[in-house]
Amino acid sequence: MSDRFFPKTSPGVRGLQLQEPLIFERSEAGRMGVSLPEAGVPEADPATEIPAELLRGEIADFPSVTEVQAVRHFVRLSQMNYGVDSGFFPLGSCTMKYNPKVNEWAARLPGFAGAHPYLPEEQSQGALELMYRLERALSEIAGMSATTLEPAAGAQGELSGLMMIRAWHIDNHGTPRKKVLIPDSAHGTNPASAALLGYETVQLASNEHGVIEPATVAAAMDEDVACLMMTNPNTLGIFEEHIEEICRIVHAKGGLVYGDGANMNALLGVARPGDMGIDVMHYNLHKTFSTPHGGGGPGAGPVAVAEKLVPYLPRPFVVKEGDTFRLDFDRPKSVGKLRTFWGNFGMHVRAYAYIREYGPEGLRDVSRLAVLNAQYIRALIEDEWDVAYENRSLHEVVYTDKNLKETGVTTMDVAKTLIDHGYHPPTVYFPLIVPGALMVEPTETETKETLENFADAMKAIAAQARAEPEALKAAPKKPIVERLDETRAARRPILRWTPDLDVGA
Amino acid sequence: MRYLPHTETDIQQMLTTIGVKSLDELFTTIPTHLQLDRPLALEPALDERALMDHLESLASRQPTGAPFLGAGAYPHHVPPSVDQLLLRGELYTAYTPYQPEIAQGTLQITFEFQTFVTLLTGLEVANASMYDGASAAAEAALMSVRVSGGKRNRIVVSKALHPEYRDVVRTYHTEGFEVVEVPFGADGRTELDALEAAVDENTAGVLVGYPNFFGVVDDLAGAAKIAHAKGALAISCTTESLAFGLLQAPGLLGADIAVGEMQSFGNGLNFGGPGLGFFATREKFLRQFPGRVAGATVDRNGQRGFVLTLSTREQHIRREKATSNICTNHGLNATATTIHLSMLGRHGLRALAVLNWRRARYAREALAAAGCKPVFSGPVFNEFAVHAPEDSMERIVKAGLSGGLPLKRYYPELGDGLLLCVTELHDKSRIDALVAALA
Repeated sequence: MSDRFFPKTSPGVRGLQLQEPLIFERSEAGRMGVSLPEAGVPEADPATEIPAELLRGEIADFPSVTEVQAVRHFVRLSQMNYGVDSGFFPLGSCTMKYNPKVNEWAARLPGFAGAHPYLPEEQSQGALELMYRLERALSEIAGMSATTLEPAAGAQGELSGLMMIRAWHIDNHGTPRKKVLIPDSAHGTNPASAALLGYETVQLASNEHGVIEPATVAAAMDEDVACLMMTNPNTLGIFEEHIEEICRIVHAKGGLVYGDGANMNALLGVARPGDMGIDVMHYNLHKTFSTPHGGGGPGAGPVAVAEKLVPYLPRPFVVKEGDTFRLDFDRPKSVGKLRTFWGNFGMHVRAYAYIREYGPEGLRDVSRLAVLNAQYIRALIEDEWDVAYENRSLHEVVYTDKNLKETGVTTMDVAKTLIDHGYHPPTVYFPLIVPGALMVEPTETETKETLENFADAMKAIAAQARAEPEALKAAPKKPIVERLDETRAARRPILRWTPDLDVGA
Repeated sequence: MRYLPHTETDIQQMLTTIGVKSLDELFTTIPTHLQLDRPLALEPALDERALMDHLESLASRQPTGAPFLGAGAYPHHVPPSVDQLLLRGELYTAYTPYQPEIAQGTLQITFEFQTFVTLLTGLEVANASMYDGASAAAEAALMSVRVSGGKRNRIVVSKALHPEYRDVVRTYHTEGFEVVEVPFGADGRTELDALEAAVDENTAGVLVGYPNFFGVVDDLAGAAKIAHAKGALAISCTTESLAFGLLQAPGLLGADIAVGEMQSFGNGLNFGGPGLGFFATREKFLRQFPGRVAGATVDRNGQRGFVLTLSTREQHIRREKATSNICTNHGLNATATTIHLSMLGRHGLRALAVLNWRRARYAREALAAAGCKPVFSGPVFNEFAVHAPEDSMERIVKAGLSGGLPLKRYYPELGDGLLLCVTELHDKSRIDALVAALA
């Protein structure tokens, strides 16, 4: 591949990007963008049945546009976005891997997309079989007994996992217990989910190598602790090497261990949380199993559990009896329902397609190459970029802005400059225990030359920070808008269009 | 494998640069005995065509054709224009818009979605969406407790609210909360006398369906008045948001929070998920409400742009003190809804809603004439319950149709009640076939 056509730092370029007003500002009364059938039934007026005070007319502030106008509007808006399909997206802990196109095709099969959740089971066998097969695969990958597919996202998975832990304690100890132990490197959803159930959260400090010491857990562990929530590998990408001993300490005091599966992309076919002593964990299908992030969802957060928690799984649970599949609602110890119907089935289809296309060896390759890619970037840039923790991590590496301290350039400036180079920035300022963190997770689907070009961009940015720090402070220059005033947005919240909307200058 | 790029040579070069001899050496931080020493017990890999055949064979076992069934998930026409726009990679492969300069598409669409929700509900603020209607209802109930400063812990719920919504509200309200249900009357509406008796000074929120599970337009204004008299918040839950094209906005009937499901606009049934939860409330609760929200601002050149804002309420900043543990919204579903509502527009929304009502009315009258009398006397939109023969489900399937929900599944006291839904996807001949099957 010639450098002439692919400059080493892959500078972002500008194509034709068009300004686009709000759809409400494009409106012209009288236009419409849909085709509606004739009613084909006798005329009738809703006012003959529905009391006048409960009726409304047309909503005057709704837009009126043609299909053509709407299509152009949303195409132009899409062009202001950056997705995995646009380019490299090294967003740590979020696993922005390629979203296979065949999965989108699969989810749109009329039998799946048009399936009503309340049709009788005999009319739902195809959908139920897919759920059953996915449930079995996810249980095997986690090394657990069973998996609920119901939670809509990771945070709801955490909540259902904690509910099961709570119910188990009530059954076994006559009390839900009071506290949940959470490492300081954890995702914010961990403490928020625990708080929602009334648990007091106790923060555990990571050691100088970025992992939790058994002694730290032992010191915090008592019979008031319901569980420990661990992400493994943790949010630094580092495998919690003492995990087994930690699980033993927690179990010895009657507690359980919750595994946040956000980083499962490092472990597929390599190691299983269930084998480590973890009792319950959630997956993020939109991270590990390639379902698209969709600009902020929908996700899906299945939760895998060890045998002792199976009775507490949310209702219903998909089971196979002979050659037929059904939903089992008769689960007296279940923590209940967390959402309508059976889960984000559209995401189940995509994740199942992904697992079937890779197979067991392929999934192991996914994790091995994801780790290789992360460590390759590290090898290329660690002379210039400070690595938060020296010991080897797996699928992601956390860098910091420490080496740029004297230039005044911060992680935020680096992130915004990467945009001008044509990349989505890494996760920044997370985990909270690393000042100026830049968390880089390349995923397995990126080529060697993409990783090298990104490394070159990182090195170029480090050099530029020393030569002309102001330029980095002014970045990004190439997107359709430049750096936005977030303080103003929070101080004077404007959360909807109104006919007199004026954001000011 | 077409998603994995490295050749053996690439891998060797990369390992050399890293300074290790093998891929195994990258995993030495995992104790050896914890490493899996066998392949995962999964079925073997499939090539793309074999995968497609396999999935097609599963999908082909599902019936197609719009069911006469809503009950929280509604069959509606999704224009190809909506779905083709959703397949733009820049939209569906994008991340949460934490880097606003390269996410203006997602952010502006979110801002437009929030505007649509406020217009439909008659309230001032809306979030970027939630998982589904039921979890939005549970979050609304939690918010009502928060607004009371944690001093009130009773939630009063109409028994005519969707059974799964009630179930989810109970799941989310564990220790220290009391969830009380009030009955419905012969008209299918919440009994206001019973509601008045149940709402006390300890009540944080009152939840009613609008329309409710039976498709009946509940007396939201009456319920709100009772809630307000005791200082509680009135919460309306709407599973079929197309009703907003015909029915008065809940905010104008006294609702302090309007939540529910917007799957009806631009989203398929998908066996019940992903749905699209919406959440709207009054401006004075701006700092109390859950979930992501987009706001307008300017960039350094004074040009208008959009960002995620008010994040100090959220878990990634506030951790255990957040207003909710929610992180993900249903962004792509909200995008579908925003696109569909834009295309429907002012005239199309109303016309589609009237069309649904009119076809449902025809079905109700034809069914009544055939002996399937309505279960409830209250006004309805596109969903309704009728007294049906015991073998009605078999008859529907035999006629090559699908749908109908026997109400006894959730309400044993409504023995022969069958819940039906009629939309723009059911033309007169299909309705006539349904009537003939049940007659």
